[in-house]
Amino acid sequence: MAQIVVEDLRKRFVVAERRAGMLGALAGVVRRRHRVVEALAGVGFRVDEGELVGYIGPNGAGKSTTVKVLAGILVPDGGRCEVQGRVPWLERVEHVARIGVVFGQRTQLWWDLPVVESFELLREIYRVDRQQYRVRLDALVNALDVGAVLDVPVRQLSLGQRMRCDVVAALLHAPQLLFLDEPTIGLDAPAKLAVREFVRRLNRERGTTVILTTHDMDDIEALCSRVVVIDHGRISCDGSLDHLRERAGVGRRIIVDLERDEPLAPTDARVVSREGTRVVLAFDPVRTPAAALVARITREHAVRDLFVENPPIEEIVARLYGEADARGEAEPRPEPREDPS
Amino acid sequence: MRAYVAIFEARFRALLQYRAAALAGLATQVFWGLVRVMIFTAFYASSTGAQPMTLPEVITYVWLTQALLMMLPWRPDPDVEQLIRSGNVAYELVRPVDLHGLWLARAVAQRTAPVLLRCLPMVVLAYSVFGMAGPAGPLPALAFAVSLCATVALSAALTALLSVSTFFTLTGRGLHSLVIGVLNLMSGAIIPLPLLPEWIQPLVRVLPFRGLLDTPFRLYMGHLPPEAALQAVGHQLLWTVLLVLAGRWLLARALRRVVVQGG
Repeated sequence: MAQIVVEDLRKRFVVAERRAGMLGALAGVVRRRHRVVEALAGVGFRVDEGELVGYIGPNGAGKSTTVKVLAGILVPDGGRCEVQGRVPWLERVEHVARIGVVFGQRTQLWWDLPVVESFELLREIYRVDRQQYRVRLDALVNALDVGAVLDVPVRQLSLGQRMRCDVVAALLHAPQLLFLDEPTIGLDAPAKLAVREFVRRLNRERGTTVILTTHDMDDIEALCSRVVVIDHGRISCDGSLDHLRERAGVGRRIIVDLERDEPLAPTDARVVSREGTRVVLAFDPVRTPAAALVARITREHAVRDLFVENPPIEEIVARLYGEADARGEAEPRPEPREDPS
Repeated sequence: MRAYVAIFEARFRALLQYRAAALAGLATQVFWGLVRVMIFTAFYASSTGAQPMTLPEVITYVWLTQALLMMLPWRPDPDVEQLIRSGNVAYELVRPVDLHGLWLARAVAQRTAPVLLRCLPMVVLAYSVFGMAGPAGPLPALAFAVSLCATVALSAALTALLSVSTFFTLTGRGLHSLVIGVLNLMSGAIIPLPLLPEWIQPLVRVLPFRGLLDTPFRLYMGHLPPEAALQAVGHQLLWTVLLVLAGRWLLARALRRVVVQGG
């Protein structure tokens, strides 16, 4: 069943522009220049129950705006949006009682209270039954290993501890839908792994639907079966990681370590780079089966070592973003309009 | 309702932590109170005309002002202001509670906890050393207590309204200095309201600000008879309701055009 339905979602922001310099500042007092930024220019997708979807895009592409609309924080200018059968901004209170949200760059814990008191407050706010609360809190505290910091005021926590506590806070009311907005930003490797592993289990074992926005492609590779790419306020790609790879047309890689320094240039593969005896080739696995290519190279050359790999997702994404940028340049940008205010 | 009470309690407890600030504030307010008493004493000594209040009444009024100064809605709830400026207000919006109710609950804590820390030692000191009089009788004391509760509500409603206004002004410093000016003059924080010129009295009577200090004080002193209490408290409550409605209306508008700062 579709848990999220988004169709043709639009949102624009009016940004006041300040001109540089003293004269510019003075001019700004009299007449402000405004620029319209189209954060969402017709976004549409569906998410089914139990999915774990990665929502990615370059900075300013509209990721956070989408999440904020879905979470009932922002009111869009147009389009349709239903989450668990509700329109988020029209039934905000009922809606948010059933979702969990973590904004990685912010904290929902009360700055000057010990962690556990923040949890207690959230229990009251979400009207969680005391018995249930205790069971859930125990399970979450164990899974995320934050038992030792429960009595510490939030301001004294490290970023990793704080983030894990924030995840606990978002799940105390057992939402069926969880929004994670850059949950691993700024975390060290062990903390990242802990959060990732927890999210994976939450999705697998409890069937919680998760929407994950991130710049960390390892998060995506480790967790998401489906990736939605947004760019310039539009969905530019929606599908599995394999689909994404195909779309980007990066193909597969074959890395060959030759015995001798000799030329290697098969007709059905492209040389990506060459460093001494190491040659990196790119090929399209649909047109050129990997096995055939490998067989031919080993037959014609003396090969010391050879391996085939998928290009790192960073590269695919960079390629997709670059592509969209090229498209974006061709489109006329909205003109800055001036209006006195 | 339990959620709002829980928020109030948490905020109240957090505010009670600031004991050093309370002590420093107490010292400043006692000093300031002495200066004001001296000024009024000099004023009464040199004045020949009849005044609408006696000097002892003015002195009591001044000490009550000093004791309850922190109840005035000087500025928005600093936490809410910070939430809006940093964009953390996003988290407030994903709570299944009414946002204005939430901020009202915090404002009540904001306007009571600091007062609680300071007013008792101040009143004891002023009463035993600096010539502050007790309430005019049991009925005026009761009227004062009731009116003071209405003051808390009125002050919280104004604080919440100021908090909401931060959505539009972001820093709000300009608006707040304006508010402080009006507040000081119209509530009686600088000069007891009966001493203000005749021509401004109609305005003073209509505006909500007298309900913040002047109304409970004059009930305390019996300067307003207890029979007038009903009308006085009615004025406070009417304004509380109006300000709550204004706050809710403004918040609804703000949320339709909200921009969450910082991505």
